[in-house]
Amino acid sequence: MTTVPTRAPQRAAETVSQGGHRRRKPRRTGERPNWLAGLTSVFWLVIVMVPIYWIVITSFKSQSRYYLENPFAPPSEPTLANYRMVIEADFIQYFINSVITTVGAVVPTVLVSFMAAYAIVRGGRSRLLRWTNSLFLMGLAIPLQATIIPVFLIIVQLGLYDSLVALMLPSIAFAIPLSVLVLTNFIRDVPKELFDSMRIDGATELGMLWRLAFPLTRPAVVTVTIYNALQIWNGFLLPLVLTQSPERRTLPLALASFQGQYSINVPAVLASVVLTTLPILLLYAVGRRQLLSGLTVGFGK
Amino acid sequence: MSAVTTTARPASSAGRGGSLGWMTVPALVFFLGFAVVPLFGVLALSFAQWDGLGEIRLAGFGNWGAILTDPGLPHALWVTFLVMAVSWAVQTPASILMGTFLAGHHRYRAVLSVLFFIPLLLSSAALAIMFKALLDPNFGLGAGLGIPILVQDWLGEPVLAFGVVVFVVSWQYIPFHALIYQGGVRQIPRSMYEAAELDGAGRVRRFFSITLPQLKYTVITSSTLMVVGSLTLFDLIWVLTEGGPGDATRALAVDMYQRGFRANLMGPASVIAVILVLFGLALSLLLRRLGGRDSSHSQLEGA
Repeated sequence: MTTVPTRAPQRAAETVSQGGHRRRKPRRTGERPNWLAGLTSVFWLVIVMVPIYWIVITSFKSQSRYYLENPFAPPSEPTLANYRMVIEADFIQYFINSVITTVGAVVPTVLVSFMAAYAIVRGGRSRLLRWTNSLFLMGLAIPLQATIIPVFLIIVQLGLYDSLVALMLPSIAFAIPLSVLVLTNFIRDVPKELFDSMRIDGATELGMLWRLAFPLTRPAVVTVTIYNALQIWNGFLLPLVLTQSPERRTLPLALASFQGQYSINVPAVLASVVLTTLPILLLYAVGRRQLLSGLTVGFGK
Repeated sequence: MSAVTTTARPASSAGRGGSLGWMTVPALVFFLGFAVVPLFGVLALSFAQWDGLGEIRLAGFGNWGAILTDPGLPHALWVTFLVMAVSWAVQTPASILMGTFLAGHHRYRAVLSVLFFIPLLLSSAALAIMFKALLDPNFGLGAGLGIPILVQDWLGEPVLAFGVVVFVVSWQYIPFHALIYQGGVRQIPRSMYEAAELDGAGRVRRFFSITLPQLKYTVITSSTLMVVGSLTLFDLIWVLTEGGPGDATRALAVDMYQRGFRANLMGPASVIAVILVLFGLALSLLLRRLGGRDSSHSQLEGA
């Protein structure tokens, strides 16, 4: 998206060179395989995939078999008992808590960040808006961990301690800087002429935001949504500090306490790990392309 | 036509800017209320005495004096710095190599980038639990496979536990940084490689003379993310070791949590939090200084 201006000359160069010699098109990894980098990648891929393979197969083993079998052999008597046990241990409740928290934080984040990004791009010369933009950019450097004590104090003062709303509010705040950054990068690429012609047709700013900028930057919106959902779904510190009762636990926190409780039953603990990761894997399967391209552009700039 | 729009725009956008301001209000409210105010709040609390429940009382410079003379602080700073430095040194070369590889055109790129991203999908808590089980000296990988060198008390020995933390962080983030570098490599203009090739530069030469210098700003971006990330590393260490064995992996964020929410000393914990912020700011400024101001310039220069 944002790379259009830089990519265009590359394209031109490519077509020019293709005219002369087709096969020996200058391409770093094209002509000869790049062994060093390739081997590093494959080596790393093995390191990444082995533990994942291991947790999946182990989660289908019974506790007694776990201690007997070769850890990398697929289960000789696959069982769903671990999953049943985990689900019976209130995981449905934790799952629902995680869904509510994530949706309740991501939707407002995307809405308010989009409005802010639109204002920052379209109201470019206003000093106030430029200042706001720098404030958000500086916000990228504020670590959530460092502010957790005052956040705890504020949440207690608001009477929200031990509620899911308590998790949403700071999650939104800390998701805003990066969301605004990525969204402004994309809204900037919407041609000014489109705004001008819509304005001539009598569109309001909100109309242009909703009917022009939003549809044209949908890939960025999807990127920001998935990225934030991932962060919030996996959040650990906020639930640890801001909730107390087991009924308010979100999945990562539930995992940690489950591990303490059932530390002997490794397959059951691993089944809970698999269960908490599945929803996010599904989301990733749906939005993978956009997440990857959006992120590389967002950070590459 | 174009003359009309160019003269009209500055005036109208100046006017529009003021009227668009309201659109930033909701974002500002959240951001100020739960990020900026707490940032100043933590500074205020560092001068207070508070157990997390009762009254907040002024403590003057007491907390600061206590923390700055506490031998635990240099240790926590050292652990934090060491995690940062070692994981940077492990992650950066590997990510650059893989990013360069992934940026090329070949059959497996799409599959690789799908699989590569998976570690980032797992929560740090899940990851820590997974590696804890995998490294268990009695029932883990080493014991199961009968490989003696893998049978170690991985989380019970200070040096090994530190190594495990760095390994797991790298496991989680190398793929992400590889993808950032992939994006960076893609933006390097082809023409530079063509010119180099005409001059007879080999792959290694091209990597060191073109790819690496052109990635300068990507290195800065990626390093900033790594540094700030490892500075605030909490979830992973907490679930993996709780800062142990002893205090071998007690980094700043872990130290802060332990003092604040375990020992109920919010004042001293706030001092640590302020140190964390200052440390992070200093590092980001340093990295920005190294990289020059505006990163968008580099790509245009090359083209």
